[in-house]
Amino acid sequence: MPVSVKHSQLIYDALKSCDVRLVSALPETWLVHLIRMAEDDPEMVLVRLAKEEEGVGISAGAHLAGVKSAMLMQNHGFLASINGIVSLAHLYHIPLLMLISYRGEFGERDPWQTQGGMSTEPLLRSLGIPYDRLDDPSHVAARINKAQTLAEASLSPVALLLGRDLMWEE
Amino acid sequence: MLRIEALQAIYPQLEECVVVTIMGAVSAELQSLGHRPNFFYLLHAMGLASSMGLGIALSRPELPVVVFDGDGSILMNLGSLTTMARYRPKNLLHVVFDNESLLSVGGFPPATATGSDIAGMAAAAGIPHTVTVHTLEAFTDAFSTARTAGELTTIVAKVEAKGPPLFLTDLPMLENRFQFQRHLRDMRAN
Repeated sequence: MPVSVKHSQLIYDALKSCDVRLVSALPETWLVHLIRMAEDDPEMVLVRLAKEEEGVGISAGAHLAGVKSAMLMQNHGFLASINGIVSLAHLYHIPLLMLISYRGEFGERDPWQTQGGMSTEPLLRSLGIPYDRLDDPSHVAARINKAQTLAEASLSPVALLLGRDLMWEE
Repeated sequence: MLRIEALQAIYPQLEECVVVTIMGAVSAELQSLGHRPNFFYLLHAMGLASSMGLGIALSRPELPVVVFDGDGSILMNLGSLTTMARYRPKNLLHVVFDNESLLSVGGFPPATATGSDIAGMAAAAGIPHTVTVHTLEAFTDAFSTARTAGELTTIVAKVEAKGPPLFLTDLPMLENRFQFQRHLRDMRAN
């Protein structure tokens, strides 16, 4: 499977260095290594979800209980989480660090991923969620650290879009 | 059984618990019995109270966590039963008040009014202990037992479709949110 183990490790190490101690996730191809790393790490609580919106509640609970968390999801999982983001995270000023695999961009071969790809950034903008991309391994650690810092300071959701060039090795 | 009678009966036991409630009647009735800083009322995001309770329980295994859920709310997030069951935190008690009515929006019948069995679904999802109770005495017994059982429990309490006249209280959402967070932090210090 040509999902980059090396770049998944970079992302995982950056989360750890931000003191993230709980990760919620729903499996998708690009996230398999990240989820395995969380599962193999005795210092990390991995919560496997049935649907991504649960992760908003779990991260909100973790935040109020004093634990930093991150959410691993596909962009369709972000679409499935929007009510929770608005009526829990935004309404109650809860920080969320959302790592979203950005399917449906240039290079996408799966026809079923394409519609969600076109909706992802317009929806992030319309919800007022600050976001940045992760494409180049050299900026992964700094951008994750900055995203986490802004989420905690603003008590708001922030998103990082995991791009094809970072996650997939052709 | 009236929901407020059920809440009143176990209210003294909530002092040492972290409590998360759903919106509407459950939130208003618990507040009418006396707000405490360890109570968080999720006034929107229908369905996510159980997920929040799970997040707290997994983050702070030393704290007993109680979620007061409702039939309409858990039906919107049935997957949460499977996620709770997967991790089955010993410090989480999940109470579902089932009045077979979407009371706050005019009393429309949810699926529990036509036979769907939440305790049955919770058991099938893998929640280790599940029970449905119809009387105040049975509820009080089930709650006290679950508090000391040390195992994830879902109690479905069948209650009458009656609620308070008003759902608004004088506690602003954000005051509740920050007070609750600060209180949980202080519970760590103790």
